[in-house]
Amino acid sequence: MALLQISEPGMSPAPHEHRLAVGIDLGTTNSLVATVRSAAPAVLPDALGRPLLPSVVRYGRDGTVEVGYAAQAKQALDPRNTVVSVKRFMGRGLRDVAHIENAPYEFVDAPGMVQIRTAAGVKSPVEISSEILKVLRIRAELSLGGNLSGAVITVPAYFDDAQRQATKDAGRLAGLNVLRLLSEPTAAAIAYGLENAAEGLYAVYDLGGGTFDISILKLSRGMFEVIATSGDSMLGGDDFDQRVFCWIVEQGKLPPLDPKDMRLLQVRAREAKEHLTFHGEAPITARLSTGEVIDLRIDSETFCGITQTLVQKTLGPVRKALRDAGLTVDEVKGVVMVGGATRMPQIQRAVGEFFRRDPLNNLDPDKVVALGAAMQANVLAGNKPQGEDWLLLDVIPLSLGVETMGGLTEKVILRNTTIPAAKAQEFTTFKDGQTGMSFHVVQGERELVADCRSLARFELKGIPPMAAGAARVRVTFQVDADGLLSVSAKEKSTGVEASISVKPSYGLADADIERMLRESFEHAKEDVHARALAEYRVEGRRLIEATRSALDMDKGLLSPEELKAIEDAAARLENLLQGADHRAIKQAAEALNRATDEFAARRMDAGIRRALAGRQIGSL
Amino acid sequence: MNAGAARALTSSGLQNHFELFGLQAAFGIDSEVLEKGYREIQARVHPDRFAHAGDAERRASLQWTTRVNEAYRTLKDPVQRGRHLLELHGVDVAFETNTQMPTDFLMQQLELREELEAATAKKDPANLDRLRAGLSSAKKGLEKEIGAAIDDRHDYAGAAELVRKLMFLDRLDAEIDLAYEEIE
Repeated sequence: MALLQISEPGMSPAPHEHRLAVGIDLGTTNSLVATVRSAAPAVLPDALGRPLLPSVVRYGRDGTVEVGYAAQAKQALDPRNTVVSVKRFMGRGLRDVAHIENAPYEFVDAPGMVQIRTAAGVKSPVEISSEILKVLRIRAELSLGGNLSGAVITVPAYFDDAQRQATKDAGRLAGLNVLRLLSEPTAAAIAYGLENAAEGLYAVYDLGGGTFDISILKLSRGMFEVIATSGDSMLGGDDFDQRVFCWIVEQGKLPPLDPKDMRLLQVRAREAKEHLTFHGEAPITARLSTGEVIDLRIDSETFCGITQTLVQKTLGPVRKALRDAGLTVDEVKGVVMVGGATRMPQIQRAVGEFFRRDPLNNLDPDKVVALGAAMQANVLAGNKPQGEDWLLLDVIPLSLGVETMGGLTEKVILRNTTIPAAKAQEFTTFKDGQTGMSFHVVQGERELVADCRSLARFELKGIPPMAAGAARVRVTFQVDADGLLSVSAKEKSTGVEASISVKPSYGLADADIERMLRESFEHAKEDVHARALAEYRVEGRRLIEATRSALDMDKGLLSPEELKAIEDAAARLENLLQGADHRAIKQAAEALNRATDEFAARRMDAGIRRALAGRQIGSL
Repeated sequence: MNAGAARALTSSGLQNHFELFGLQAAFGIDSEVLEKGYREIQARVHPDRFAHAGDAERRASLQWTTRVNEAYRTLKDPVQRGRHLLELHGVDVAFETNTQMPTDFLMQQLELREELEAATAKKDPANLDRLRAGLSSAKKGLEKEIGAAIDDRHDYAGAAELVRKLMFLDRLDAEIDLAYEEIE
């Protein structure tokens, strides 16, 4: 914590320490970790110098977990226990997953999110993703030589609340302090914008392994502002592989395949797709478990033909984003291409024709998202002095609302609203004497609730019996800077309240995450305690230092009693720092935090007032 | 506005959204000044500035930014700006309850909607483009009238009807968006 951060410009804390912060691109096909070192962002490679980590996780019967190339190498041998493209399942129920019949897993339909039965037990997509993140965390810690202070994890701009929450949970489960969830196209825009000193209106066309995003941004000095975003979280390079796979099955007149053959041909399909980026024709050869040999050739014309509808499918969201932004194609200054799938020539052509200009390909489409995330992590960690940093304004991709009578959606916060955002709406009872109201929170643009994504249900109980329409229930939606929603409801005449952070129905409850973290650390208990003590001590000292410096500046905002309460709490924490009881230190730090709560808010208000006063004088 | 944002508003001693950006409370605003003011405040309060701070400041930052975003959104949009301004003058625009509109205006709206339906049925984006262009100039005209009614004549009741008209046009605009989607 740093009360110091509200200090006036020029009085900011000395840059005495550089916090280790990373950006992580948790991709459908590949994942990367990057950081900013000596002012330049760089991807951190593994011990063999490979920058990418295939997003593949294999569970062994003995409980071993392999991640990356090792797991990828075994996917055709052990398809049931080797999970690829897990991102497609994040925050999704069984019925939401496309091509489920071609996925060689044993799915378990759990409430909220689909799970997969593996040799090592039933695993949720959150747990599987956390294995990927864990490998990246350890890679970064070894490479940077210390514990990470925080990480920015990227998500598709079009991810809904459930998918974002699942991603954040996976980060925490991997032992990361998630500073922010950042939209992938926005991350790319940061990297592109800073690298090229770009200013004006830009589109970012991001076709990844499993998701498609289009964002329109306004870039200017010190500011990245998302104007509109759209996309399809179920459309990506994987779908192009799938088309080739179906073509192979059709051409070879193959009978239903077993999981191994299915995975083998999916791998071959992907190889063919990649080959066609640079060649007019690609060979496809494979020996199936039945002994049958596949020997085909696919040319680029055929490939373009069977994937044409997919390419067209990306242009719908592009038009929608432009309309939402109130812009025409000619007003867009450039189109930045992101994601490995944009290497396909037919995509380049289609985007070029649509925008009537050559797409911008001067950054590595695989790395640009991770690099941008690293740059943002560096800012969020406080490593950049004010004036050299920038401001990022992002939007919510899909409208949020509640179900009303007749299964209809009432939108409360509209898509493309800048976050953080809050809005309240009033509802009333429709029966005499009604004492409870249930709320169904949904996300999406469609009018019928059934066509939107269900996020959570909760109930407000204890409304005193009144005539129908007399109760006044105020429902407040708050979306934070990660794009995550919390909802609360309050009956106004009685003050009866209920609230929910919209996660239990899709994400993991906090208690689950803590339990899993504990279990994973159990074999290294001593380590954990030592690490916790060291961390709490550093935090505690920082907190005391920050509090005292804040008091030096703004003591005047406090009454003598309030001042004494804060000083006492700080003294108590200082005392405990001498000891080795990490729990006591943590509690004392929390107590000091609570004691400074109101003080922090008042300092912030005072800061704003000073700023406003300064401007008014300046403009007179 | 939520409780936190409301607290941020009262404790800052601000009476309306305009003051937050150093603007006079008027319908005609300088969008550059608005944008500049928005950036200045965001630079101070945005959660990115407090990612590493304690819970108390992160909460205060969230409330302030929410409040600033709401104010900016309100002032940027002519209908919302008009509504806010009229509220400050004690006039409720009453979008929800007051649907009484002059007959000629309603007739004109009906005609425009028929045109929209025809263009949608014919899957004719050029017609939609034309409708939109016409609508956009109609909106500009109305905005001028609203500015004159509020800022020059202080005719707030008259302005309320004009703001309601503008809102009707906004709705038609949203329907044109849906029509484009349907055609595609």
